[in-house]
Amino acid sequence: MPPFAFDIAHMFAGGLVLVSFMMLYQNRLLALINVLALHSILLASSVAWQAHIQAKPDLYITALIALGFKSILIPMVLRRMIVHMGLHREIEVAVGTGMTMLLGIGLVALAMDLMLRVTAGASVLVREDVALALSVVLLGLLIMVTRRNAVSQVIGFMSIENGLILAGAGARGMPLVVEISVAFSVLIGFIVIGIYLFRIRERFDTVDLHALDRFRGERQ
Amino acid sequence: MTTPAFDPVIALLLTSLVGAAVLALVPNYRWSARLNILASFVTLIFALLLFRTRPPVNDLLLADDLNVVFIALNAFVGFTTSIFSASYIGHELETGRLTPGYLRFYHAMFQLMMFGMDLALTANNIGLMWVAIELATLSTIMMVGIYRTHEALEAAWKYFILGSVGIALALFGTILVYLAAVSAIGEGMGAMAWTNLLRHAATLDPSLLNIAFVFLLLGYGTKVGLAPMHAWLPDAHAEGPTPVSAVLSGLLLNVALYALLRFKVIVAANPGTLPVGPLMITLGLGSLIFAAFMLYRRRDIKRMFAYSSIEHMGIIVFAFGMGGPLGNFAGLLQMTMHSLTKSAIFFSVGHVAQVKGTQKIADIRGLTSSHPLLGWTLVAGVVAIAGVPPFGVFMSEFLVITSAFARAPALAALAAFGLMIAFGALFLRIASIAFGEPNGPKTPVRASYLPIFAHLGLVLIGGLYMPAAMVGWFQNVAGLLK
Repeated sequence: MPPFAFDIAHMFAGGLVLVSFMMLYQNRLLALINVLALHSILLASSVAWQAHIQAKPDLYITALIALGFKSILIPMVLRRMIVHMGLHREIEVAVGTGMTMLLGIGLVALAMDLMLRVTAGASVLVREDVALALSVVLLGLLIMVTRRNAVSQVIGFMSIENGLILAGAGARGMPLVVEISVAFSVLIGFIVIGIYLFRIRERFDTVDLHALDRFRGERQ
Repeated sequence: MTTPAFDPVIALLLTSLVGAAVLALVPNYRWSARLNILASFVTLIFALLLFRTRPPVNDLLLADDLNVVFIALNAFVGFTTSIFSASYIGHELETGRLTPGYLRFYHAMFQLMMFGMDLALTANNIGLMWVAIELATLSTIMMVGIYRTHEALEAAWKYFILGSVGIALALFGTILVYLAAVSAIGEGMGAMAWTNLLRHAATLDPSLLNIAFVFLLLGYGTKVGLAPMHAWLPDAHAEGPTPVSAVLSGLLLNVALYALLRFKVIVAANPGTLPVGPLMITLGLGSLIFAAFMLYRRRDIKRMFAYSSIEHMGIIVFAFGMGGPLGNFAGLLQMTMHSLTKSAIFFSVGHVAQVKGTQKIADIRGLTSSHPLLGWTLVAGVVAIAGVPPFGVFMSEFLVITSAFARAPALAALAAFGLMIAFGALFLRIASIAFGEPNGPKTPVRASYLPIFAHLGLVLIGGLYMPAAMVGWFQNVAGLLK
């Protein structure tokens, strides 16, 4: 493994973690969507680089999906949705920004310590890649937990998915990565169509999940 | 043995896939209901053929002693549910809760879900298994939200978000298993094939397997409905159409648990890994006791039986966590019995909710006087699920507790305590539902009793007399599970 190839892969994966942190402190929906697009562009570059150094051309498809679907199409649809449905553009957070950032740092430290310890046998490229991927997944979970708004939960989920694709692309020669990224895109497509077509807002008057709780059968 | 060209596994999968495609095109709901039954019946035939002839294992699909039982159970409950569904949806159309357009969608989704579950059960590739479970989940989410009420949409959304997080964690676990395998087996498809993983289990990296199993347990455990990841389950059961509740409880939870069992076998076959038993016992007992107490506070009849499913999944995971030939045997038996009994209960509950026009427990009274046959079948179902002899659930629960008592009396006592609490709650509720002054409309019910009787009959036979061949089969499979 030439050190240069490793450095580039490391830079992209590390960049994804950094952008995940950027998601943690956004308090406006439109800005959050832009950060998501950036996250997906970084993922696309990272996967394309892995396709190059592993000489696995099918990973370019995954990279293209990340670029076309997740960094252009979905952010565009989400933006239109916010404008058309007149959603609140501020994000209501359950935990303050400072606390969230501290938790995020703790999670990254946990992911690093855990994964670097258990992957001692693997190559250095795989180790760093999986450790950073787990950090992205955990940060995505943190976003989903600390945000109450449906759109930002979808964005948190998409960043989890980006982390998983990063791990899958980094695991040497893992088959089905392309199929899995397609399956995930279908899932996300369904979520977004679900919000839009089922007109969650029209039914609930809000996409704030906190308010949805009221309708639960047993709280009447 | 038939000709090698005929592969029942492929035929089984194709039937539901083609069924889904055809049903998406049939506008007439009467025809689509019949076609749905037909497709499910053909699937059942192919599933039973698997007992006679098994296709050779390849890197993508396999049929072995472990999954054949689940495939057959899946096909059987799928078939009976399609019969129940045909009579259920007729009523939903009359009351205007569903339109023919939605029914077309519903039937296509039903077959797609069966396809996803069968693919997950027959997959030899752990990545394919993951995709299949995602497909099955997605199609059930679509069906849960089909009534488009506030509650149904919220249930679907919650199911969606929790299910997606679960599926994400499971994928991370799957990737870690692949990473553990890649150094022993080599890159490519071979390192994701379950049979290869098992063959090389002893040489895989134990610490990676440990971490992978934690992710898989949390990920697929969300689908199994283990507390504390269970929050989607009661909502999805209560707000979706009742046939969907029946297959959710009867089949989808089993499929997720089956995926977990496959991984448990690999982890247990590696000498360097931590024992997975304690993890499963903790989650299982936690779910059992939590759900048993939650049963008392339920006001919605479908929600109550959903909590009962969490409780039973807790018992099953507890049994597999205890392990050993007897523990695994009890777990397998309990999976089968629970699946048959719970779907029979949901069939009756579906008709009850239709004739009474409500799912609120407080508004359903005196069912045995107003609708004797329906009332008594529901009572029989509840008696069976609560674990009263002579039904099969009693047998399996008895085995779970006694096998656990021999090895860990304190844990067995806790499990027995949970079962007693649940028993009390179920009888308290069924007493008010089934007996006393009847209320509500007394219109005669047009129910299809055949599926209910078939299920309860099998559970009764399972409790009274298990054929030696069946016992041998289950013992063999329990031995495979370690």
